[in-house]
Amino acid sequence: MAVVDEVDQRAREDSPLGTENVIEVRDLRMRYGTTDVLTGVSFAAGAGEVVALLGPNGAGKTTTIEILEGFRMRSAGEVSVLGADPAHGDEKWRARLGIVLQSWRDHGKWRVRELLAHLGTYYTPFRDPWAADELIEVVGLSEHAGKRVSQLSGGQRRRLDVAIGIVGRPELLFLDEPTAGFDPEARREFHDLVHKLADSKTTILLTTHDLDEAEKLADRILILAGGSIIANGSADQLARRMSTEAEVRWTIDGQRFVHATVDATPFVRELFAEHGAAVEDLEVRLASLEDTYMSMVRGFEGGRTEAVREFEEVTR
Amino acid sequence: MTTPTQGLFGGRGTAMALRSGLARGRIETRHTLTTRADLWNYIFPSLIFLVVMAFMRGATVPGTNFSLGARTLPSVLGMGIAFGGLVTTMMSLAIEREDGTLLRAKATPNGMLGYLVGKVVSVAGMTVIAQLLVFVPALFMLDGISIDAGGVFTLLWVVVLGLLATLPLGAMFGSLFSNPRNAGIIMLPVMGLVAISGIFYPINAMPDWLQSVAQVSPIYWLGLGMRSALLPDNLAAVEIGESWRHLETFGVLAAWTIVGVIVAPIVLRRMARRESGSSIAERRERAMKRIS
Repeated sequence: MAVVDEVDQRAREDSPLGTENVIEVRDLRMRYGTTDVLTGVSFAAGAGEVVALLGPNGAGKTTTIEILEGFRMRSAGEVSVLGADPAHGDEKWRARLGIVLQSWRDHGKWRVRELLAHLGTYYTPFRDPWAADELIEVVGLSEHAGKRVSQLSGGQRRRLDVAIGIVGRPELLFLDEPTAGFDPEARREFHDLVHKLADSKTTILLTTHDLDEAEKLADRILILAGGSIIANGSADQLARRMSTEAEVRWTIDGQRFVHATVDATPFVRELFAEHGAAVEDLEVRLASLEDTYMSMVRGFEGGRTEAVREFEEVTR
Repeated sequence: MTTPTQGLFGGRGTAMALRSGLARGRIETRHTLTTRADLWNYIFPSLIFLVVMAFMRGATVPGTNFSLGARTLPSVLGMGIAFGGLVTTMMSLAIEREDGTLLRAKATPNGMLGYLVGKVVSVAGMTVIAQLLVFVPALFMLDGISIDAGGVFTLLWVVVLGLLATLPLGAMFGSLFSNPRNAGIIMLPVMGLVAISGIFYPINAMPDWLQSVAQVSPIYWLGLGMRSALLPDNLAAVEIGESWRHLETFGVLAAWTIVGVIVAPIVLRRMARRESGSSIAERRERAMKRIS
């Protein structure tokens, strides 16, 4: 995998390990019982980068992010987050992280300002947390600062979740499926908020199963499927690499043929050389990133791994 | 295996977390006092006890002409403290584990320590307030309660030690249940203990083995301790051993405190280690299914 190799190389050049990269993951493996969820995940994220971990449901995104957050023990592999192993991170380390959790009904009786001011106090021995009112304004909850959390709408609650995640002005922010269950409006507002955070040089790792979201938010997209990272690059890079795959369709004597190929032009030339005028209804279509990703997701969710492998070959 | 929760005790930011925890306890107590449903949860049982004691006013403690209602008041206060420490702590831990409050604490530097300190403060605060809700009106209703300087001292140490003995136990039980609706199971044995702990009637008439069981539980000793503080000394005659047995009261409650202080952090750490976003999501899904 070209891009992964690049990353590895970069990590090797930047010794001592972890001086530049905020996140470094090498050959991360996770096994639950006899099921392998992660079979060797490797990637890195530099300071200030916004990285999206993209993949179908059940691909291991949440497992990966929870290992990085220090909430889950890994089975094997090397992981470094802000220069420390998350499995042994201390409270000083934790103070540098922000984790956006999905609220449900916790702290329902607390008022928005009260909760943010309270949670901020835990960070004061380590760093300078946001002042509650300032933070409330950043996430656009000023009108609701005096409300009880249980009275907030779903969208407002998510803003509060983000506010809680960043109250300690984290160097690294984790967002796990941040817009799951959002309507388009709330989603756009949330994307704006993430852009604002990215501008403030916070490193962000988010997971999503939505390619569109990954393209909008991330500097770099990692596609996780079948337990490992099968593609790694900017949306542009991935699309360009992807577009080398083409689908050629034609008919001979009324019979339909479909062939996927990386080199469409020589293939078509050969096709004509062999069959000449018998070739009819010729169609050559470049697959878009989305097509390829969708076929992979369908294949993966249908329990097939060939689609993933095909995808892997294409992105190589 | 060490995890970020190792900062539960000790380390940088601990002093701040203790202060944050105290603030958290104060804020949560205030929330309870300003939330109608919560307040009713405290007032309603108090009303029931007051009615029960009003009916018992005419009856007398067997072998004396002392009001059974007046004997019941301190026992009920003792039981209330045990309930606060055990049941309130257990339920709120089970609920706040399910709803993600604990995970938020885990994601915050020294947040678990702050959370636990806050829980101790708010449970202790609400338990004491709830007992006052019974005690103050009952004083106007019942005759025979007597308290002197020694009684005040006894009252203080029994209340404090009683909370120390029961709170960690409640926290332990609370962390054993990932589903708060299952936590109700623990109510059955607790109610059973109340029945045999001499809260509403002296237990001298009960079979010896049942008396022995009762004397292991902190509920019995809390009831006895409160009676010793609030009743005339001659009523010790109807107790087991015809004495208030302060030494034994202190011993048993202190023993439970030691057990709790040693075992609870281990159980709590184990529980906290397992908390993650996906475990909360799972529980949310389960709870949602139950509703729909």
